[in-house]
Amino acid sequence: MKITPGGVVAAEWTKFSSLRSTWITTGISVLLLIVFGTIASASFSGDSLSAVDLALSGSTLAALAVGVLGALLAASEYTTGMIRATLAAVPRRLPVLWSKSLVAGLAALVVMTAGAFAAFALGSAVLNQDVGALGLGDDGVVRALVGAGLYLGLVAVLGVALGMLVRSSAGAIAILAGVLLIVPGLAALLPDAIADAITPYLPSNAGSAVMTLTQGEGTLAPWTGLAVFAGYVVVTLGVAAYRLKKSDA
Amino acid sequence: MIQVREVTKRYGAKTVVDHLSFTAKPGKVTGFLGPNGAGKSTTMRMIVGLDAPNSGDVLVNGKPYASSQAPLHEIGVLLEAKAGHPGRTAVSHLLALARTHGIPRSRVDEVLELAGLSAVAHKRVGAFSLGMGQRLGIAAALLGDPAVVMLDEPVNGLDPEGVLWVRNLLSGLAAEGRTVMLSSHLMSEVSLIAEHLIIVGRGKLLADTTVADLVTAEGVRVVTPAPDALRTLIGGPDVTVTSTGAEELFVTGRTTREIGLAAATRGIPLFELTSQNASLEEAFMDLTRDAVEYEAAR
Repeated sequence: MKITPGGVVAAEWTKFSSLRSTWITTGISVLLLIVFGTIASASFSGDSLSAVDLALSGSTLAALAVGVLGALLAASEYTTGMIRATLAAVPRRLPVLWSKSLVAGLAALVVMTAGAFAAFALGSAVLNQDVGALGLGDDGVVRALVGAGLYLGLVAVLGVALGMLVRSSAGAIAILAGVLLIVPGLAALLPDAIADAITPYLPSNAGSAVMTLTQGEGTLAPWTGLAVFAGYVVVTLGVAAYRLKKSDA
Repeated sequence: MIQVREVTKRYGAKTVVDHLSFTAKPGKVTGFLGPNGAGKSTTMRMIVGLDAPNSGDVLVNGKPYASSQAPLHEIGVLLEAKAGHPGRTAVSHLLALARTHGIPRSRVDEVLELAGLSAVAHKRVGAFSLGMGQRLGIAAALLGDPAVVMLDEPVNGLDPEGVLWVRNLLSGLAAEGRTVMLSSHLMSEVSLIAEHLIIVGRGKLLADTTVADLVTAEGVRVVTPAPDALRTLIGGPDVTVTSTGAEELFVTGRTTREIGLAAATRGIPLFELTSQNASLEEAFMDLTRDAVEYEAAR
């Protein structure tokens, strides 16, 4: 009997999968992605958005939902007092954060990648006739769909990091929503010169670059964007790790 | 074995644990006693590394807890009842803890059985009563077959049958050679289980003693119309005189004979002069009187 990295991951998976809220939040995330994508594909007419962009139009809301999933998983440790049992079992502490991130991130990645492909398939089936149909063989389609899964997986990890950092479900969710939804809107209020310079680098804009087929002016290249978003996640994780290690539980 | 060495913990300006040292030894039940707010829970959190002391250190089985390869095998703790996600079932809660150490599912069932929770193993923890929460916490503490078992207020919320169960369980664990430590703010409860007593007040060690030693702290009850005169008469370096009523004194360090003779020389009438074994509860109250953090107005 010994503490092992695999054991800690298995423990975190047990915690993750044994909560009803996990399944509800995951279900809602994937449902938002598919339903919004299908509706947008059927109703949109014009040539500014491609079939893939339409299929993934639920990704903003889905990102919020998977972020909430990660935040709840982490913050509930503190709000329920479970953290004391958790850290008494794993007194080195950091393996808990890595394992939680891994479990939430991988689960979101797998489910949301499948969701993205499902949204694309359904969207293509009902696609408005004014929009050009695309297949998986077309340039950038698979990249955008897989990218959506990767981005949403990273958002779940961001949620975990925020939850461990602020130790409150409401606080973590508020920050998450602020960063993903409100900050881009606020940036638009800045003088144009500044706004144009920073807008592509804002977390949700950078992350979305990987799942947009038609790169507009002022967006980062797909993988650059994802890398920038991953950078935000890594930094947040680092701060969360510092607090977890240094402060009393 | 738990060794707490010169540990101090401050929260802001408030010192919660103040240069506290004690050792809980294997094969014995150690009672950790003190009024509410004495720093018991904080000390227990520091023992398993949840809180870091400002100075001093704590060893569990001779080494810092965090360095252990199998922490759950070193020490099993119950820190508060219902420390678990209310949406998780009892069995998932224990499984999540067990998997960190590769403890098999069969051991989870075993401790559930031991704690009398088999019937509610698949119920959500949120629906548990305080007593069931305590049982689950104790089951979790025993999961890793630990050398040390440390429980914070384990009998809170338990029914009489549960209290008896905890008592027998803990004596049994100590008899197997394990270190057992439990905290309480009630002497009556601890004296039935523990032989070794650590008594704290306002974060300081008040006594490191045994139940037997504490009970033999004898005293004499005196009832007299002139308590002040008698108090001056019998005072001395090793004598303590406490006023327990308008005409009542409680004296330690003098025998009934000495007090009676002293009173006779000055013609002080005595209505009552009885030798008493201070009850454990009284001994505890006396020790902690000055160290009570939250006291009811008198």
